[in-house]
Amino acid sequence: MRPFIQFESVSKAFGSVTVVNALDLAIEKGEFVSLLGPSGSGKTTILMMLAGFERPTQGAIYLDGKRIDHLPPYRRQMGVVFQNYALFPHMTVAENVAFPLEMQRVPRAEIARRVERALDMVKLKPLKDRRPSQLSGGQQQRIALTRALVFEPSVILMDEPLGALDKQLREHMQLEIRELHKRLGLTIVFVTHDQSEALTMSDRIAVFNAGRIEQIDNPQVIYDTPRTRFVAEFIGETNLIEAKIASVDNQVARLSLGAGLSARAHAAGGLSAGQTASFSLRPERIRLGMAPEGSNALDMTITDCIYHGDHMRVQLARDDFSLVARCERLAGHWTVGAPVVASFDPRDCTVLAQ
Amino acid sequence: MFRALQATFGIAVVVFLLMPIFAILPLAFTSSVFLNYPIPAYSMRWMHELTTAEVWRTSILNSLIIGSGATVLATVLGTLASLGMRRGALPMAGLLRTMFLLPMVVPAVVLGVGMQIFLVRLGLASTYLGVIIAHAVLCIPFVIVSVSAALQGIDPTIERAASSLGARPVTVFRRVTLPLAIPGVVSGAIFAFATSLDEVVLTLFVAGPNQRTLARQMFSSIRENISPTVAAAALLLIVGTLCLGGLGALLRWRQGRKTAAAAA
Repeated sequence: MRPFIQFESVSKAFGSVTVVNALDLAIEKGEFVSLLGPSGSGKTTILMMLAGFERPTQGAIYLDGKRIDHLPPYRRQMGVVFQNYALFPHMTVAENVAFPLEMQRVPRAEIARRVERALDMVKLKPLKDRRPSQLSGGQQQRIALTRALVFEPSVILMDEPLGALDKQLREHMQLEIRELHKRLGLTIVFVTHDQSEALTMSDRIAVFNAGRIEQIDNPQVIYDTPRTRFVAEFIGETNLIEAKIASVDNQVARLSLGAGLSARAHAAGGLSAGQTASFSLRPERIRLGMAPEGSNALDMTITDCIYHGDHMRVQLARDDFSLVARCERLAGHWTVGAPVVASFDPRDCTVLAQ
Repeated sequence: MFRALQATFGIAVVVFLLMPIFAILPLAFTSSVFLNYPIPAYSMRWMHELTTAEVWRTSILNSLIIGSGATVLATVLGTLASLGMRRGALPMAGLLRTMFLLPMVVPAVVLGVGMQIFLVRLGLASTYLGVIIAHAVLCIPFVIVSVSAALQGIDPTIERAASSLGARPVTVFRRVTLPLAIPGVVSGAIFAFATSLDEVVLTLFVAGPNQRTLARQMFSSIRENISPTVAAAALLLIVGTLCLGGLGALLRWRQGRKTAAAAA
């Protein structure tokens, strides 16, 4: 049986530029999947192909077992939420929300009831006779969401829906969308370039780069064990370590880091002694001061210490080898120029594909 | 000093532009049989003549028939053309647009000669339909300019949204595109009507004696017998045009207020 939504080796080219390259992607019913990537990585094009605004150059798209890539948008039953809301400026809030129901020829009395209920759900019933231009950005986004939900589409597609909102409102809306997703069991495909948004909201994240999926997995796996250098750098902050592998023994690689330092790292296989590889080490996984049993311990010097309010960012170096560590604000007093022991668990240092 | 010069110059230009209009208007109410100053006494006799004399009455009626016909034709065709040329859906849309706007710059005399030959071929010379077609050609550019501007102001994602919500293309047009473009369509229609109203040159070429419009009648009457009825007709035209212009300005103002509200 096919997954609920399936992209089967889908490619999309605009002229000679290939935007999406032989994409395979499966999304299950009720899943919240984020498509995350920098602009131009093809994530919006994928959403537009799913919505029906673009046609794949090659490949097939299936929804609920049926091939849909030849269907026009109005036959796909997907609720799309756009970044700029795309509310109808000449209609009132209630008319906007009623629009998809009218298109389905729902009886008038039922439309009124469902619009009422939907607006109640997002607590905007008092505004139902206003025009979109009389609403704030957050209210407009909520109406756009309501309009996309009210006809009970099989999938909700969101194209950077929170991009135009300020930080506080954005975080509030993130929670609201997450809540709706859980409560209504919605299948949501969410396009964003904001990694923290993807991490907090999604069941799974697909990280895109140059028209391909670099990695697709749940947020924790994506963050803790990035598979490629791109993912490691795009999601959160990381120390990229280029190291020569001295030996591999029982899934543990011994690395020589330069400047006379060496460390152990978890090796996922495929590595052999003598080879050079890249590793990712998250700054918050580095402890300063004491080294627990079984962890790597490096003698380094503090070169800078930056105050970030809720945490400190400590830069360490030894000759040309340097690391950034993220510490609790009250974890200690770090003096620039002082020697310190930096330690980390070998499992937190993950090898990246070249 | 410079500002004073600027102001003086500005006023002079305005006076230069408006004087001919103000010069002719009072003569509509002269009691004399001559179209010149001084006015011996004021009377409504020429206004009366304008509304009762057969030749003037038919010309006013003709102007309204031809103006409405040309407006409807030009508005429908111009709106369709604007929709077609929208967002480069057509190859060579730029070239097409230039072609459509050509009647604005081609000398009316040239257009008139060509149109006459063409309409004779079609058997439409000296018919209402012929004159309406000729006027519509002249009016279409105004509609296209105005409707294209309105269409450009519509965010394409709004139409995409409608389509994703289940609206077929015709429904998207009827429920979303057209309502948003309608101010542009109406102001294009107003321009079209005003253009048809004061068109003389083309009319001279393509109209027969039965399709004598008000402007055409003024033109010929000033050559035959210079009666102040011409001034009365001029007054009528100006008042009509001012009303149309006022309507257009009102629409634009309302539209501007809407977009300002949307931007805020």
